[in-house]
Amino acid sequence: MSYLKLIAVGLLAVLLGGCPQNTIPDPDPTDTTYGGDSGATTGGMSGDDPYGGDAIPDPFAGELQMVIYFDFDSSEVRPQDQDTVARHAMELGNNMRATVRLEGHADERGSREYNIGLGERRSQAVRQMLMLQGVSASQISTVSFGEERPASFGNSEADYAQNRRVEFKYIN
Amino acid sequence: MLKKLGFVLWVLLVAGGAARAELVIDVQGIAQPTPVAIVPFGWEGRTPNMPLDVAEVINSDLERSGRFAPIDEMKMLQKPTDGADVDFQDWSFVGVEAVVVGKVIQTGDNAYTLQFQLFDVFGRKQLVGYRMPASRGTMRGAAHRAADMIYEKLTGIKGVFGTKVAYVTATRQGDSREYSLIVSDQDGENEYTIMESKDPIMSPAWSPDSRQLAYVSFEGSKSSIFVQTLRTGNRFKVSSKPGINGAPAFSPDGRKLVVTLGGVEGNLDIYVLDITSRQTRRLTTHRAIDTEGTWSPDGRYIFFTSDRSGGPQVYRVAANGGTPERITFEGGYNARPRLSPDGTRLAMVHNDRGNYRIAVMNLARKDLLVLSTGRQDESPSFAPNSDILIYATRQGRNGVLETVSADGLIRQKMASGQGGDVREPVWSPFPRF
Repeated sequence: MSYLKLIAVGLLAVLLGGCPQNTIPDPDPTDTTYGGDSGATTGGMSGDDPYGGDAIPDPFAGELQMVIYFDFDSSEVRPQDQDTVARHAMELGNNMRATVRLEGHADERGSREYNIGLGERRSQAVRQMLMLQGVSASQISTVSFGEERPASFGNSEADYAQNRRVEFKYIN
Repeated sequence: MLKKLGFVLWVLLVAGGAARAELVIDVQGIAQPTPVAIVPFGWEGRTPNMPLDVAEVINSDLERSGRFAPIDEMKMLQKPTDGADVDFQDWSFVGVEAVVVGKVIQTGDNAYTLQFQLFDVFGRKQLVGYRMPASRGTMRGAAHRAADMIYEKLTGIKGVFGTKVAYVTATRQGDSREYSLIVSDQDGENEYTIMESKDPIMSPAWSPDSRQLAYVSFEGSKSSIFVQTLRTGNRFKVSSKPGINGAPAFSPDGRKLVVTLGGVEGNLDIYVLDITSRQTRRLTTHRAIDTEGTWSPDGRYIFFTSDRSGGPQVYRVAANGGTPERITFEGGYNARPRLSPDGTRLAMVHNDRGNYRIAVMNLARKDLLVLSTGRQDESPSFAPNSDILIYATRQGRNGVLETVSADGLIRQKMASGQGGDVREPVWSPFPRF
């Protein structure tokens, strides 16, 4: 371990030390094929918008979010989603006839029935939070689909992150 | 002709007692399949062809077991259909250790006799010979039974070619999915859909007489446990309590199910449900997730998954109640326990360096053998002879089924005619004739 570290440090020293002697000439700054230091080239839209119009804002941008996501192996509502849960609590408090079904989900890793348990843990965490904010237990039901209903069908980390979630489903 | 039977196995051996050290051994498994000859069967009937190529069914059963290498028909010096015509010298020259001969005789419009004989080439004697009545509908089953008898005579292990598997498929249809619960022969033939739904179907479990399946269905966005009789298609809802109703498994006497119930508060615990009275008895009370219960074959214990220690591990509790006892200690993730029907081994989903794989633990020695090589393998289920397991693995984005011998040496992909994602295979008990 420390041996490898030594090699790495040594290599770094050689590379850094070697730099001044092996300076690569600056590429032609006007040649866009050698972009900046990011390695990627981006095109800026200079001057007039070629479409000559205005962007329309998303009319649902301020609306209540109907799904919140969870970290790996966690059923804790993330700080950035606590406001969403609070708004659902208000919604349910303002309309005592409304009921919500909290649908808990897990990513596909591991065994299926255990994942049902993990999904349920997430929907219960949201349920507890709603109840702490005064929502009546009779307005909430929970169901866990575990890994059975993925939102994203792939098997990358990004897909898994989309699948670890609780969905709010309003009934009436 | 060499089959690709060699592969690398990671064997995790746990030294027992106080010094629980982890030892990783790299084992190269090599199987030497026995050469045998299945001579094309004779046909004595009113039509030009026999209703089923019986020799082909026996041939592929034996070959798929990985323990036998049936020789090509072209290599046969003689093709007798009656035992009396077998020339042992010829077969010994060809290099096979056993020969199967037989024929199908038509005895009525839809009535046949299937007969076969198995010979030991070196011992020059008949090992087993049998005559079985069959119809067109039962001919394939009779051929599998013949293969079972041949397999048992040659290996000393009961054959499972006449058994079935149940599994769930999910087929994408636009944004939604169509779920099916399917029963087929163990070789993937004779697929029969017993239930279809737009909502998920999970956790099929065979009754000990293999006449019923219990399963979980999410019809109406709510989990319920059903028991369905295969012959009639009739089903009844045995549990639909608030919250989770999941993970059913039959007791050895077939009268009870072990199930997971969550209730309104979502605390998953293990319960025993009497199928006739619908009465439940709670077995665990821990705040952790307790699920995936399964009975020991002697009916004394229920093994289950619990994350009461942090990650999921396998525990067992006396079936009539008591304090749960932890069974698995190797690694941070051991779930979905299933016992071998002989009660000696425990199969589970085990996290092996980031990959979810099927592992088998010898309950006496406590050592863990990782049997599968996938990234996301799940749902292990033992064949009724305790010698083979079936499980689900990934091929690209789709789930497929694989079987592996309990020693890890012989592995086979099981094809399914159904498209989509195949998951949760469960092997039936031995059929009762």
